[in-house]
Amino acid sequence: MKQAFWTLFALLAHWRRHRLNLAALLAGLSIATALWSGVQALNANARKSYADAAAAVNGADTRALVSRQGGLFPQSDYVRLRRAGWKVSPVLEGTIRLKDKTLRIIGIEPLTLPRGARLSGLGEKIGLEKFITSPGAGFAAPETLDTFGLRGAVASLGQAFPPVEVLSQAPPDALIMDVGLAQKLLDRHDQLSRLIVESEGEAPLSDVVGQTLRLVEPNQDSDLARLTDSFHLNLTAFALLSFLVGLFIVHASFGLAFEQRLTIIRTVRAVGVSARTLVAAMCMELFALTLLAGGGGLLLGYWMAQALLPNVAASLDSLYGAAVSTRLSLEPGWILSGMLMAFAGAISSAWSGLIRAFRLPILRTQPQAWREAHRHYLRRQGLLGATVFAAALAFWFFGGGYTAGFALIGGASLGVALILPVAMDSALRLGGRFANRPLTQWFWADSRQQLPGLSLALMSLLLALAANIGVGGMVEGFRLTFTQWLNERLIAEVYFEAKDDLAARRIEQWLGRRAEVEAILPTWRTKTEIGHWPAEVFGLRAHPTYREHFPLLSQSEEAWDRLTRGDAALISEQLARRLKLGLGDAIEIPAQDATLRAIVVGIYPDYGNPIGQLRVDADAFKRHWPLAPRTNYSIRVAPRKTEALIRDLQEEMGPSLARLANRAYVKELSLSIFERTFAVTGALNTLTLIVAAIALFFSLLTLNEMRLMQLAPVWALGVSSPRLAVVELVRTLIFAATTALWALPLGLFMSWCLVAIVNVEAFGWRLPFHVFPGQWAQAFVIALLVALAAALVPAIRLARKTPAELLRVFANEG
Amino acid sequence: MTPSALSSPQPFLRVVGLRKTYPSPQGALEILKGVELTLEAGASVALMGESGSGKSTLLHLVGCLDRPDSGEIWLDGTLVSALPETEQATVRQRAIGVVFQQFNLIPSLDVRDNLAFQARISDRLEASWLDELTERLGLSSLLSRYPEQLSGGQQQRVAIGRALAVRPRLLLADEPTGNLDEATGDAVLNLALELVAETGCSFMMVTHSARLAAKLGRQALLSSGTIVEDGVWPGRRGER
Repeated sequence: MKQAFWTLFALLAHWRRHRLNLAALLAGLSIATALWSGVQALNANARKSYADAAAAVNGADTRALVSRQGGLFPQSDYVRLRRAGWKVSPVLEGTIRLKDKTLRIIGIEPLTLPRGARLSGLGEKIGLEKFITSPGAGFAAPETLDTFGLRGAVASLGQAFPPVEVLSQAPPDALIMDVGLAQKLLDRHDQLSRLIVESEGEAPLSDVVGQTLRLVEPNQDSDLARLTDSFHLNLTAFALLSFLVGLFIVHASFGLAFEQRLTIIRTVRAVGVSARTLVAAMCMELFALTLLAGGGGLLLGYWMAQALLPNVAASLDSLYGAAVSTRLSLEPGWILSGMLMAFAGAISSAWSGLIRAFRLPILRTQPQAWREAHRHYLRRQGLLGATVFAAALAFWFFGGGYTAGFALIGGASLGVALILPVAMDSALRLGGRFANRPLTQWFWADSRQQLPGLSLALMSLLLALAANIGVGGMVEGFRLTFTQWLNERLIAEVYFEAKDDLAARRIEQWLGRRAEVEAILPTWRTKTEIGHWPAEVFGLRAHPTYREHFPLLSQSEEAWDRLTRGDAALISEQLARRLKLGLGDAIEIPAQDATLRAIVVGIYPDYGNPIGQLRVDADAFKRHWPLAPRTNYSIRVAPRKTEALIRDLQEEMGPSLARLANRAYVKELSLSIFERTFAVTGALNTLTLIVAAIALFFSLLTLNEMRLMQLAPVWALGVSSPRLAVVELVRTLIFAATTALWALPLGLFMSWCLVAIVNVEAFGWRLPFHVFPGQWAQAFVIALLVALAAALVPAIRLARKTPAELLRVFANEG
Repeated sequence: MTPSALSSPQPFLRVVGLRKTYPSPQGALEILKGVELTLEAGASVALMGESGSGKSTLLHLVGCLDRPDSGEIWLDGTLVSALPETEQATVRQRAIGVVFQQFNLIPSLDVRDNLAFQARISDRLEASWLDELTERLGLSSLLSRYPEQLSGGQQQRVAIGRALAVRPRLLLADEPTGNLDEATGDAVLNLALELVAETGCSFMMVTHSARLAAKLGRQALLSSGTIVEDGVWPGRRGER
């Protein structure tokens, strides 16, 4: 034990004299842990919100009855079931827009809620009277009250809005109230969205309510969890990339520390410390450092998650309508998994050093051994890189799905990164062959010698740059496509949603009397479920506006005419992919009266919408979904008369309108949703690049001291230290530029994978592949700036070296 | 090492038929070709020979720092060359002190901790002996300095102090004065010999210098991997 203690003492003492290396190691591991655990905290928080929202009324183990056709069903079904002895509790869920955010309204019946539900016992807790007697009461989590400004004066929100009180166990962005009140507020009279089943009655379900309802088993992932899977996978993939880039710093730091500590290792072994004790001491050191860095990383990750949470919540809200709590909860499992990840990272980074320390012969530990060995190692590394690349291709080819897509990106990135030092070594050797002046010859040879020490940092820079080019290209391509698509799709000048059906008819009539109005186009909508996936059905008329402008990816002959006949549908690209449907295929759409069988006559892009969508003729819509609200319209109007019409409409029909907007506003809103969706990706992308810059900075700085051994003889032969500093700077810039060039094809490949595989698999849409040379130039300049920033401090330090400092190298030679 | 072993009539160190080969770009290079050597307890021997003759290799093998291809090394009645790695480490810790030409101090530790290191790991730290060594080696004022802040002579004195702090049974020195000027080298070696004599340990030193070799009790000359001469140089016979 004493042996291990004093060996550990000697090992730890090394860090006191190499604080920068220690800082790099701790920073690398902390950042890697932070990025990983931060994103995991975001994902866990979101998933917890989905689960909480589902469990609030359902409970974890209770089954539910939902409409077989999707959407709402009549309250009379509930009454029939209760009379037949089924212990069921009614729920109505819906959303309203408040302060530009979606507030989820959950109407429950506290007396009949099953015991497993989180909100069961609510009646006793807050008093039944308050809940069900006029004016009733709404209950929301404290953060929801703040977000929606529901504290205090809520009367202004409308007659149906009850006074709101605090209920800490309420799910985020949700307002809970009596089901009757919810029906009134949501204008869904005598309609319900689900029945929670506590126990079944004797009579079979179909005998009581026919084929209108179906039983949903517990523990099935909620729709939200399924829909948001790809979003969370996207975040996890980025976190993993950042984690790996962070680990490069840790690996480089351990590698350097090992080289610097060869003398210590050799000496302690020579004076009688066994290899086993030495490795045990190194493991203890690793444990202590990981505990420190992992703890710091968790704190940093928590802070990062807090900072990113509003953006993530906004993205999930705008993309999926998912309410995610903006209060981060600290779960023990998260701490444990974060620390485990830190340990896994530390062990994988230090593993080779530990093995080498165990096998190291006491007498053959020359300080340059690691670098020499590294050079021999290059060939094997290149081979490994090629193997990883091939394995990734094979995995994708035989696997499929977005996980395989990400695996392909990961494998290709790792493979190319492993090959980078090999390629660079060959390039430097080639450069050396063409050099004819002594200093140039030394430059190439010395660059090759420096490569092993820098290769890990360059690999991390490569990954960060490639991710920048790849993800940047995908996002920019998406933006371009999305904007073009919006321009084509948003043809009408004005869009409105009426308060209810009655109001809609009144507004329709009012508009019909306005001369400047060229067309009033219904965009009625309702929710359904096709193939167990949520979908939206739109009712529209085949007006020339659509015939001429509505973007279609493919269409049958006379698609619009066939749509008018009522037995055809246009379906979104993602629905077509999910259900594997093509033109001419039949689709069964569950409707309120019966199933509508329609032929697919067109497939249209619907970027940014995770929910499948289909469009049928407005009259067919009215026939098959008689209960669906018909409140949404777009209006064609002479552009110069648009603002006047909006003003008049607002003045005349203000109380009847739920929403009114012109095209510019809708477009702006859509674009802002788009920007928010990629805000987190952008932030993680930038963080990865920053981590790579830190990796390069620390590698150069820690190598700087060791570089003196190689630079001092050149200085002694007559090359001034400022000139040597310039050479060092140029060398780093060449390394960075070569890395950036190497990152370009990888980035393009990454971009292609995201566009052609991951997006298609995850979201169901295939974007056109665009290239952005401007972005490449930007990445190139970023690489040079990163290298310059990292190399400047070591170069200045070198330029300022006094002769005495340089001469010490010769004094220490022995 | 047991007391009974110490009282045995056998020599303290016995090297029998030692062979060692190293790989080289030109093929296997046989450095030692069946070396035979003995050393009595408390006696000293200087190993001499041209570069590449195998002196340092022999010293490393005796010090359990490397393993022979064949042959035996007996230390105080124990066949140390056949011990497993962990037990060899214990022998190095407790019975052997090594002084290298390159000093091999632990750069991260100051003089005080370097001096005490081997004694600490072998659990044989005697504070009074360490203080005496520090004093005798002239290191009292340098205790809080780090190796790179010391001159070559000072570093070598720390290395000798570290090796003697455990009161080893055998002190091995590989050209301990090779990096020092003549006066400093002489002073360091004289001090080492003085301390060796006081502790009664055996001493084996590799050197190129005939003058320094003459300071030791016996001189062995290695050539092409074997000991070609072993005995007391004529000039020293009278002294013995």
